[in-house]
Amino acid sequence: MSSVDLLEQEPELYQPREPIHPKSIKGRFRRFKTTIMMLAYAIFFLLPWLRWARPVGPDQAVLFDIPGRRFYIFDLVIHPQDIFLLGGFLILAAWLLFFVTGLVGRAFCGYFCFQTLWTDLFMKVEYWVQGDRNKRLKLGRQPWNLEKIGKKGLTLLIWTAIAFWTGFTFTAYWADTPQLFVSFFTMHAVSAAYITTGILTATTLVAAGFAREQICIYMCPYARFQAVMFDKETLLVSYDAQRGEGSSGRKPLQKGLMALEERHAAGTGDCIDCNLCVQVCPTGIDIRDGLQLACISCGLCIDACDEIMTKRGWPDGLIRYASELEIETGTKPSLLKFRTIGYGVGTLLVSALMIYGVLSIKPADFSVRQVRQPLFVLMSDGSIQNNYELKINNKEQTPLDLKLEVEGVKNAEVSISGGFKDLHIPADGTRNYHVHVRVPGSSGVSRQVIIFKLIDEQGKFPPIQQETSFNYK
Amino acid sequence: MSQTPENKKGQVETTGHVWDGDLREYNNPLPRWWLWAFYGTIIFAVVYWILYPSWPYADTYTKGLETVSFTVQDKDGKTSTVTEHWNSRALFNKDMESSPSALAQKEWLAKVKDMSFAQIAANPDTLNFATSMGHALFGDSCAACHGSGGQGVLSQNPDGSYPNLTDNNWIHGDSYEKIVSDITNGIHGSMPAFGALYKGDKLTDLAEYVLSLSHQPGVNEEAANRGKSSFATCAGCHGANGMGNQMIGAPNLTDAVWDFVDVPGAKNIDAKVKLVEGVIDHGLQHQMPKFGERLSPEQIRLLAVYVRQLGGS
Repeated sequence: MSSVDLLEQEPELYQPREPIHPKSIKGRFRRFKTTIMMLAYAIFFLLPWLRWARPVGPDQAVLFDIPGRRFYIFDLVIHPQDIFLLGGFLILAAWLLFFVTGLVGRAFCGYFCFQTLWTDLFMKVEYWVQGDRNKRLKLGRQPWNLEKIGKKGLTLLIWTAIAFWTGFTFTAYWADTPQLFVSFFTMHAVSAAYITTGILTATTLVAAGFAREQICIYMCPYARFQAVMFDKETLLVSYDAQRGEGSSGRKPLQKGLMALEERHAAGTGDCIDCNLCVQVCPTGIDIRDGLQLACISCGLCIDACDEIMTKRGWPDGLIRYASELEIETGTKPSLLKFRTIGYGVGTLLVSALMIYGVLSIKPADFSVRQVRQPLFVLMSDGSIQNNYELKINNKEQTPLDLKLEVEGVKNAEVSISGGFKDLHIPADGTRNYHVHVRVPGSSGVSRQVIIFKLIDEQGKFPPIQQETSFNYK
Repeated sequence: MSQTPENKKGQVETTGHVWDGDLREYNNPLPRWWLWAFYGTIIFAVVYWILYPSWPYADTYTKGLETVSFTVQDKDGKTSTVTEHWNSRALFNKDMESSPSALAQKEWLAKVKDMSFAQIAANPDTLNFATSMGHALFGDSCAACHGSGGQGVLSQNPDGSYPNLTDNNWIHGDSYEKIVSDITNGIHGSMPAFGALYKGDKLTDLAEYVLSLSHQPGVNEEAANRGKSSFATCAGCHGANGMGNQMIGAPNLTDAVWDFVDVPGAKNIDAKVKLVEGVIDHGLQHQMPKFGERLSPEQIRLLAVYVRQLGGS
């Protein structure tokens, strides 16, 4: 193949990614992040193994049983009929996110998001195997020799193990965990288990090992829309530019600019341009450039700057949680503003509705279907019979004893196929009954409304009823 | 447009073809991911050809390596395993024998197999299984005549009528055993034609009497009284008081249910008399085929449970 000269060079569509090797740092935000991670991982990885005794159903504390159509969450059993609670839960999560974001910015991104958590852990693995930032940078520049292959290989191996266990744990929420564990490794589990674990392993490895901050910057929708919930009073990880830059900008420590007083006299800011805040940033940004999309508000740059400031004996907080207004005017704005109150009320309201929803889950429900072939039957004594199919669903963990009553049709004689009088519905079970309603032909019956009423014999809940029609000509 | 690293310095790759001395064609290959996806589909297709039926040749086609096995039962009850090339009919057969719902059905069938009718009916779960399975069997074998819900057909023409199974009037009896034997052996119901015996007024009087048995409004009492003596011929089967006889399948004439002619649907008493006259004149011939050879005894048992509870027995 040959080529021709082209005067105009086309721009590159994609900027190649520079690998980010954040320096590890100690400090209160690092401690907070580690605590959250331990807590979240303890819950995520151990919860599927927790046993929980139930009168009926699996003895696993949290189990999302898709084939059995039940969600088990400790003592709460969610039936398909109550799946709207899931909608409520998602709305609650959204309001909580709005509330927290309005108050303290992208706290979710920095401390709770699983992309952040897993990236953090994967970076920790890099740190353990390959050493801190400088060693990692050096290793990156090194040609592929035995040491590089060994270290990178070991890192990848540990990553894959973590990713796999993440995938397996996720799968374990949808099946009996000990059983799944055995069947999974003896290659007897259902294909869905392998596919789910495989996909989760691959995505965890790619997202936390290689894509990292690109997920936050290019893929994550929250990063984009959380910014619209910001206002001038939202707490952000901010660089105090007034203090840091002074009147003539920041300058490194040098002769004549060692002490705070000397710097202030020369108009130099407090920032000594050590770049530590940039080196520790997991998304590789410079916080001194101001608020930006890539900042996930993890606070590690605060730890880094405070460490330097403390070492020098200068007041810390050059980088700190502060609102835009505070940086500009120096006054701390009240957190009780319309936006936080609004989101707060919204969150409380949805929480209350959720609690009400969970508490008012009906212990049982039933449906009545009129048999329409035929609509009505003339019996030998001239009476008219309509037939109904009754389906009663007991959502309780204890059996129910119900009585059927029929209202709305005069002189109705009700019988149930099999001659049953008490409707005994087993715990967490469903039963079908065929009901015959017979009315004397001379009673002037016509097409009319009929009400089926189920009464709990123990009186645990008020009667539940369904309306349908009685038909004759 | 994609550019390869070699031509970053203002160079664009061309195909190497030159026309008119200076006309060249840029080489802009397809995106790499697209190309690989395309190669992927080719590999998929080849694997598919090898595994599954695909290419027609001569009067047949390549069968593929994939097979489906299922069990068949011959007339003597011997089972053998059949292995066929992959096809949806074989998959269906396999599903019918080993899918979760098929296994659940087998489990229930085994459970009710040794239960008596009374035991089946006494438990809501076994009764529900029997009636829903019976309903499916009814749809296959019985609904063509008796209707999808067992409602039958009641027409003014006795030959076009099929008994309603949802009422509580049982022509042949409502015991489980009788229903099983009727389904197994079929029913040959016949009433002789009495047209030669009763004609004209005599026929009308008899019809009036028959209608008076079930207290039809507008019956001519005088005529009915005259017809009463003729009913002696009918009493042999229908009984002296017209109550019928389930042993020989003679319907009860005194109740509100009419099995073969639509008397309740007739406009007036004259029309009713005409209908009954027709039956006496021509007699009735009704046959239900025997299902003992088409359905297994177990299926017939479940069918009997379903049919019996239709009318609320």
